[in-house]
Amino acid sequence: MNPRNILLFAFVAALIVIEGMTASWNTALGILNMGLISAILALGVNMQWGYAGLFNVGVVGFVALGGLAPVLVATPPVTEVWTGGGAYRLILGLLFGVAVIALAIALNKRLAGRNRAVALLVVLIGGFFLFRAVFDPAVEVVEAFKPATYSNIGGLGLPVLLAWPVGGILAAGAAWVIGKTALGLRSDYLAIATLGIGEIIIAVMKNEDWLARGVKNVISIPRPVPYEVDLQADPGFVEWAAGFGVDPVTASTIVVKLLYAGLFTVVLLALIWASQMALNSPWGRMMRAIRDNETAAEAMGKDVTRRHLQVFILGSAVCGLAGAMIVTLDSQLTPGTYNPLRFTFLVWVMVIVGGSGNNWGAVLGGFLIWYLWIKVEPWGNQLMDLITSGMAEGALKSHLKDSAAHMRLLTMGLVLLLVLRFSPRGLIPER
Amino acid sequence: MDLLNAIVALLNFVVIPATSYGAQLALGALGVTLIYGILRFSNFAHGDTMAFGTAMVILVTWAMQAMGIHLGPLPTALLALPFGIALTAALVLGTDRAVYRFYRRQKAAPVILVIVSMGVMFIMNGVTRFIIGVDEIRFDDGARFLINAGDFKAATGLAEGLAFRSTQALTIVTAVIVVAALFWFLNKTRTGKSMRAYSDNEDLALLSGINPERVVAVTWIIAAGLATIAGTLYGLDKSFKAFNYFQLLLPIFASAIVGGLGSPLGAIAGGFLIAFSEVGFTYAWKKVATYVLPESLAPDGLAQLLSTDYKFAVSFAILIVVLLFKPTGLFKGKSV
Repeated sequence: MNPRNILLFAFVAALIVIEGMTASWNTALGILNMGLISAILALGVNMQWGYAGLFNVGVVGFVALGGLAPVLVATPPVTEVWTGGGAYRLILGLLFGVAVIALAIALNKRLAGRNRAVALLVVLIGGFFLFRAVFDPAVEVVEAFKPATYSNIGGLGLPVLLAWPVGGILAAGAAWVIGKTALGLRSDYLAIATLGIGEIIIAVMKNEDWLARGVKNVISIPRPVPYEVDLQADPGFVEWAAGFGVDPVTASTIVVKLLYAGLFTVVLLALIWASQMALNSPWGRMMRAIRDNETAAEAMGKDVTRRHLQVFILGSAVCGLAGAMIVTLDSQLTPGTYNPLRFTFLVWVMVIVGGSGNNWGAVLGGFLIWYLWIKVEPWGNQLMDLITSGMAEGALKSHLKDSAAHMRLLTMGLVLLLVLRFSPRGLIPER
Repeated sequence: MDLLNAIVALLNFVVIPATSYGAQLALGALGVTLIYGILRFSNFAHGDTMAFGTAMVILVTWAMQAMGIHLGPLPTALLALPFGIALTAALVLGTDRAVYRFYRRQKAAPVILVIVSMGVMFIMNGVTRFIIGVDEIRFDDGARFLINAGDFKAATGLAEGLAFRSTQALTIVTAVIVVAALFWFLNKTRTGKSMRAYSDNEDLALLSGINPERVVAVTWIIAAGLATIAGTLYGLDKSFKAFNYFQLLLPIFASAIVGGLGSPLGAIAGGFLIAFSEVGFTYAWKKVATYVLPESLAPDGLAQLLSTDYKFAVSFAILIVVLLFKPTGLFKGKSV
């Protein structure tokens, strides 16, 4: 860390502090918390792009998949559908589906020529219909149970912090499937394949009610920190808050946010430490060598595709972890909100603006771009008010005012292009 | 009689919608594949170029409607199309000058250009939303149906109606004309030949005196034209919504890759393959099956392979299969 970088971080910290002083500490801490998570996301994408030059356009899918983990791990199980047997049958159906695919892969390796094509078709088509025969009735049973509150299989009722690594594992699994297919081909193909998996993961999460209630959302996911109402009811806390001269309601929301911030900071610091160690180890040097010249690295006996797969899985796992953290912070899962522009492209802007290949750069980009993302909309509104202040009331004025909401996309695209053009190494360049 | 009914139902719910959707995808994929062939990167902004072009066409259509200009039974948007193409081409050429040219001169890696195109996509998306908003817009006017379901039933006495919307017919006819013109241009004209030469071997083309900037400019204009036409046809057929065009990116890329990136013929084949698979997998086959199969075999459920929400999964699955078994695509695209 040289003085310039410290100054950059201080600048971002100052932005958040100013937000706290001028607006409210609640919004400032809100920005800080999502900034911490964004920094983790950016670290994950930086592993893929910065270390290895892999272009992942499906970040949103990995984030969403990670978000599934708190629901599956921390919410209490819906015991009725388990004792009724519907859920067991459903799991059996899923296992059967996996078995069919595994069999197809095995056959694909063993057989050759026309035999292979016939066997694959028989296994896949027959397997698909058998899978539907087992799976569909089970889904109906599960989804029929109290659709207004449940209609899903519930979770395991374990502590929610356990869901964070599980989110990472889920995302890593999806990354493995994609990486196996698309890595080793030309770089654009990985981009398009990840774009696809992103859309599909979100489609699954929106439509499979048995999994996490689909667009009906899962609310009140258990939290790792105390609830505001409990704090406000605690006389000790009220007294403690009064000592600062703050009313208990504000104090409780701020304390909860600070607790979250503490948890996230621990994760972020651990990840930065691990990524710095990895980047400066022989492994990190090998990754960069592969990125800079694949042919030379291959000639030195490095298995390029395997290393790419490894780093792709690692990066996606970090994205999944961040996804689980977002859901924990909101304590709800709303699949409808997973927008690729917000969760994929914004993260890319963070990495590129911050400085691809540099972990500190990615972290800085995460904080800075998240701050801008939050602030550009009110700024856009103010700008539009200013532009339209001289105009007569009418269709044009109201159209311009409504359009201010889209300023975000424009600004982010512009920032990305400008940085790529004039400072392609980002704010904190790779050493 | 039952067999006839089954055929009519099949035509009505599968063949006609899939053909017009396939034509739209093919036009979109042609643009992607041309840019890939000449500029050598996957243009992520193509979906939003389509959205921008359609937005322009809609604006001109509204202006024409306000002036009382109509095309009779055909949608006014057809008349607005040339203006939309011109505006889109201007935007795309401006983007090339301001953004892409710098990286081309630098001989940047394709993946950098892909990221740049992502930035362009952001901006175009913002501009489109800025201009026309995010709401769903229907802008088809003129005759709604070429063949009306009710009339068809009355005329033939069949239980199944056949509806052939004029927008669907228009899509197919326009696509045929555009594709014919494009192939004539690529194969017969001097500029088209120089484009193909540049795509096949850049250095050799430069040596023989082909002006690369001109080739690139012509490519962008054609791509803008294709994108605007594809977007307008899609908007006429379904409706215009900026976000839907972003989501079209996946099937369009899948079409281009299935056919082989860089191969125009492949893009068309890929477009229809993706469209027919998407519709085939998500259509509830119960109706057709009930007509064809004996009563004892008739399905209980909808006989739908996948819910329509998963139509993207179909193009994705095809994409994965092609990447696994034939990464150069069906028509031997440019590279692995």
